[in-house]
Amino acid sequence: MSARIGVVLFPGSNCEQDVVEAVVGLGAHAEVLWHRDEDLKGCDAVVIPGGFAHGDYLRPGAIARFSPVMAAVDRFARGGGPVVGICNGFQVLTEAGLLPGALQKNAGLKFLCAPAEVRVETSDSVLTRGIEPGRILRIPVNHFEGNYTCDERTLAELRDEDRVVLRYLENPNGSVDDIAGVCNEQRNVVGLMPHPERACHPLLGSSDGVPMVRALLASASNP
Amino acid sequence: MRFSVHVEVRLREGIADPEGATVERALPTLGFPGVSGVRVGKSIRFELEAPDEDAARAEVEDMCRRFLANPVIEDAVVSLEPTAAAPPA
Repeated sequence: MSARIGVVLFPGSNCEQDVVEAVVGLGAHAEVLWHRDEDLKGCDAVVIPGGFAHGDYLRPGAIARFSPVMAAVDRFARGGGPVVGICNGFQVLTEAGLLPGALQKNAGLKFLCAPAEVRVETSDSVLTRGIEPGRILRIPVNHFEGNYTCDERTLAELRDEDRVVLRYLENPNGSVDDIAGVCNEQRNVVGLMPHPERACHPLLGSSDGVPMVRALLASASNP
Repeated sequence: MRFSVHVEVRLREGIADPEGATVERALPTLGFPGVSGVRVGKSIRFELEAPDEDAARAEVEDMCRRFLANPVIEDAVVSLEPTAAAPPA
């Protein structure tokens, strides 16, 4: 049976169909979950997609984390279920306390929309399983608040525990230690600013996102 | 009692402030030299009904911790005072 991937839709999300397309393109089933849903409808993994959930009012993710679906996501994540937050989804996961740190305004205050080269730093996460560390992937970024920030103790922990999942080759936004993506201690929750779902077909200029989506599908089938 | 509340949300010391830095760079070009240490924050105002000032402060601080500020990067400074007039009927 193919994996069933839940894609959370908040008012203001705008990348959910890209995620659905990427997931379905690789033979899995995608289920869009409305932010007011109180359960995950039997999904094997959850993606929180990019966009501007609740208009990014107050701070990106600050209001989204209180949407009813997030209580279910929290339970699922703490039970070991694979959860990936992309871009705005990463911001939501940090606000929800499922990932450490915060995403600040980009250094230089530029809204970035460009391909970025990232290096996979660990294959021990639900999004990079089976991808050899050191592999360079070309994945687009599209954000204003992608400047990953955390205190020194958290940064030391992330490094020591091999929890930096992706690093930029050329830091576009001022993120500490060139961090593009991190995972939680159990390695089943991953947040990243680049958009692998937008790099899943040669027509899009890169299919380097495919190994990541494939890794997520594998994690969903076999957590 | 009714309180008029002002919450100033600002970036914690040591956290880079790209917005403040940009404003700081712009000021000299407008003929305002000598400005340093610009920090840009948020100002949130509201009214609150609470039994007394301590209760009001405790409630606002809880709001800041859980919602109004992100403690990873922001501090919140709360000021409040009883509103003089009775609430509108």
